[in-house]
Parts: sequence; structure tokens; C-alpha cells
Amino acid sequence: MNFDIGIWIAAFLTLGIMSFLYKDNPWYKISEAIFIGLSAGYWFVSLFWQNLVSKLWDNLWPALDALFTRGEFTGGLLYLIAGILGLMMLMRLVPQIGWISRWPLALVVGATAGLQFINYLVSNGVIQVYNTITPLFGPVSEAGGIAPVTDVWHGLGNALILVGTFTGLVYFFFSKEHKGFFGGAARVGTWFLMITFGASFGYTVMSRMSLLIGRLDFLVNTWITGIFT
Amino acid sequence: MGFWDKMLAIDRRWIFLFVGLSLLIPMSLGIETKLSISPETAGLFDVYENLPPGSKVLMSFDYDPPSAPELQPMADAAVKYAFMHDLKLIIMGLWPQGPLQAEISIQRALDSPELKDKEVEYGVDYVNLGFQAGNEFVIQRMGSDFREAFAMDIRGNRYEDIPILKNVKNFSNIDFAFNFSAGYPGTVEWVQVAVDRYDVVLGAGNTAVQAPLAYPYLGAGQLVGLLGGMRGGAEFEVATGFSAKATVFMLSQTFAHAIVILFIIVGNVAYAITGRGKSKLEADR
Repeated sequence: MNFDIGIWIAAFLTLGIMSFLYKDNPWYKISEAIFIGLSAGYWFVSLFWQNLVSKLWDNLWPALDALFTRGEFTGGLLYLIAGILGLMMLMRLVPQIGWISRWPLALVVGATAGLQFINYLVSNGVIQVYNTITPLFGPVSEAGGIAPVTDVWHGLGNALILVGTFTGLVYFFFSKEHKGFFGGAARVGTWFLMITFGASFGYTVMSRMSLLIGRLDFLVNTWITGIFT
Repeated sequence: MGFWDKMLAIDRRWIFLFVGLSLLIPMSLGIETKLSISPETAGLFDVYENLPPGSKVLMSFDYDPPSAPELQPMADAAVKYAFMHDLKLIIMGLWPQGPLQAEISIQRALDSPELKDKEVEYGVDYVNLGFQAGNEFVIQRMGSDFREAFAMDIRGNRYEDIPILKNVKNFSNIDFAFNFSAGYPGTVEWVQVAVDRYDVVLGAGNTAVQAPLAYPYLGAGQLVGLLGGMRGGAEFEVATGFSAKATVFMLSQTFAHAIVILFIIVGNVAYAITGRGKSKLEADR
């Protein structure tokens, strides 16, 4: 028998979490509490060292040192602003002066919105719109006929993208009542949306099964096999 | 109570039991299923396969252990293939545990019999730059200078002392980028910054939950290929010729999916036959 305490603890906690499938019980609650506690502790330590120390302190300290020992003003002093903003954020913990935290929060929201606006506009907006403008048929050939883009299926695929995009947009247009042609288009849009959600659901099922396979693989091929070897 | 009424009132624990058995039984058989390779996987592998020896491949491991069952198989295959074909790997992570997952893939590749006679040297053939906090802003900084984002590697070596990084200043010195992603930051951020701003050639391996979000990028040519979940990993294993766990587990996944589909069909048929759908419609009216 190959005894590894880490594997046994992992197996104990895995089975504890899985026991919830039968019904809620103390074993599950213990496993869940350990998981939450460990996660909180891990992230606290990780954020402290990876952000506060490496991003703020490591940059600010040399600048402060240069200022007070040699009287030099260096670019690293700008991190003082970030540090002060960080402290202002913590003012939320004091209800009387909690309003101070809105200032750094406003900066974060504004800066993030500005930066992400460009990213999403280009990658998720302009390029995607451009990609929906696809030719249904190719240019007039030398022989005079109009040929599909590359083959019939490709042309149909492009037509489907056009119909799906148009009807999907119509469905989300609420300024006009969904009646007549407009209502019909919205209904088609609903079908496209349902197919999209179905595909997403299928992928989600696949993902969850894969995670379960991972845990079962651990239980069977690492833990149980380890007991008998 | 008729059969269909019983089906509608079935205790969900029976469904859990069936799903569990549908995974466990095929797993114990260890049968490898024959897989077809989808165009998404083929597109990625074509680019990866055509990289000449010595090409610099940037791999970003943006996931942690909970997503390893889906992403580790494809990462293992990609790392092993790179070592076998003399591609130079520059590894990094936007998730704290990502570079540690990379170490697992590296160790598995180095321990494999196919690489027994191959000398793979750290710092010359591959480097692990470790984790850097800052999400998409790390990618942004790498666009101007990698060294600004990673002053040292995971072992504490200075950037300028690592031979593989000698002529690597920014993305223009990278031939191909491979991103293994389980969420934020991940493929979306790599596409938005590295691909659309710096013209990086990017292939992505995503968890299945995230894959539908990445498909529009594939259709628009922002990604050269996409590996979705364990199935994508299995296909990539087959494409690279390194069949391993993902390929073996495909049978379990197929059976589990069949069980889920069966229960969906039974539930809907029961719903229709017992007239509950009709009575609900009437109630709504």
C-alpha cells in the first residue's frame, strides 16, 4: 500500500463534496468550509505578495529611499498616488468617511471603461460586424454566370450568418411592436437564440462531465489504485 | 400514477447515479475511441505543425487546477510536440497557478519515452517566466517589451541572462502564441490585445464552458484554431500523435452525454404525454 497523506486528504474532501449529491450533511459542510477558508487564505497571500508588495512596495521603496537619502525625485514616486488611492479605497471600512472610497472607485471605473471600450469596439464590435458582411455569391465570372463564394455550403453558411444576425438584432429591437413582418423576423431571431443557448448548454454539460471525469480519475486511478499497490 | 408521471417525479439522485455509472464503467474499460478531427483543431494543428524548428512559441497558461481535467491534456500534448520538433518555448501565466500547471506538462514531456534521447535544456529550449499580475495590461506591456512585464523567470534568472530570450524584445519576435484559458484573463484578452493590436498568430485551448465565447474570434480569423474542452484536447492528442488521457476518457464522456440526452428526451416526452405543457399554457391564458 502506497500511503500518501495528501492523496488521502484530497480523496476525503472530494468524497465529502460529492456526498452533497445524496443530501446535505456535515461531511459536505466541513469540506465546503475547508475549501472556502483555504481559498480565502490563498488569495489573500497571493494578492499581498503579487500585487501589494511586488507592484507597489518594490517600486515605491527605492523612490522614497532616493528622495530621503539623496534628495532625488524619481518616477517611482508616482506610485505614491496609487498607494494613497488604495488607502482611500479602504475608507469603506469606516462608515463615517466611507464616501472617500468613491473617488478611487470612480477612477478605476472610468479608466477601465475607457480602456475596455477600445478593446471591445475593435475586437468584439468592428471586426465581428465586418465578418458578418460576407458575399453570398461570388463576382460575375468571365463566362457571365454568378458562382457561389467557394461552394454551395459556404454560400448557405454565409446566408445563415446574415439571416441570424439580422433577425437576432430585430428580436432585441423593442421600440417597435413585434407584429407582422417585424414580428416574424423576431420569431426567427428567437430560434437562432435558442439554438445558440442550446449549443452553450451542450458545451456546459461537456465541461461539467470533464471535471467529474477528472475527479473520478483521481479517485480510481490515484487513490484506490494507490491503496492496492 | 402512470409511468410517465413517475418519470416526471423521478428522484434526481437516480440521474446522478446513472451519470456516475456512465462515466465510471467506460473509464474502467480503458477503451480508446476513434476520433475525427474537427476543422477548429485541424486549423490550429496545421499552423503548429508548419512552424520550422527553432521557432519561438509563446505559451500562456491561464488556468488553475480545477480546470486541469479539460486543459492539461492539450497542454501536455502541445509541450511534448514542441520539444519533439525543436520549437523554443516561452512559457508564462496570467493566472497565479498557470506556470505551475506548465511545470507539470514539462515534467511529463521530459519523462516520456519519446524524449528519452533528446536533450532539452532549460533556458535554451524553454523558459518559464512565471506569473505576472495585471491581467490584460501584462499583454499590453509585452507588446512594447517583454522585459518590462517579466524582469525575471520563475527560477529567479534575470531576463537578459536567459539565452532563449536573447533576441526576444516583444511580440514581433514570436512566431506563434498558444493560450490555454479557463476564463478571465484569457483568450478574450489575448485576442483583444495581442492579436488585434500586435498581429500575433494565436491558437487557443479553452474550457468547454468558455469555448462558445471564443467561436466568433475563430470565424473572424482572429484565432487560427480552437480546442474546446476535453474533446478538443483529445483531438489535439490524436493530431499530435500523443494519445493520452483525454482520448481514453472520450468513451466516458460519450456515454455520459448519451445518458443526459436520454433523460432530456424522456423528460420532454413525459411532459407532453401527461399534458402538463398544455395545462400550463391554458393557465397562462
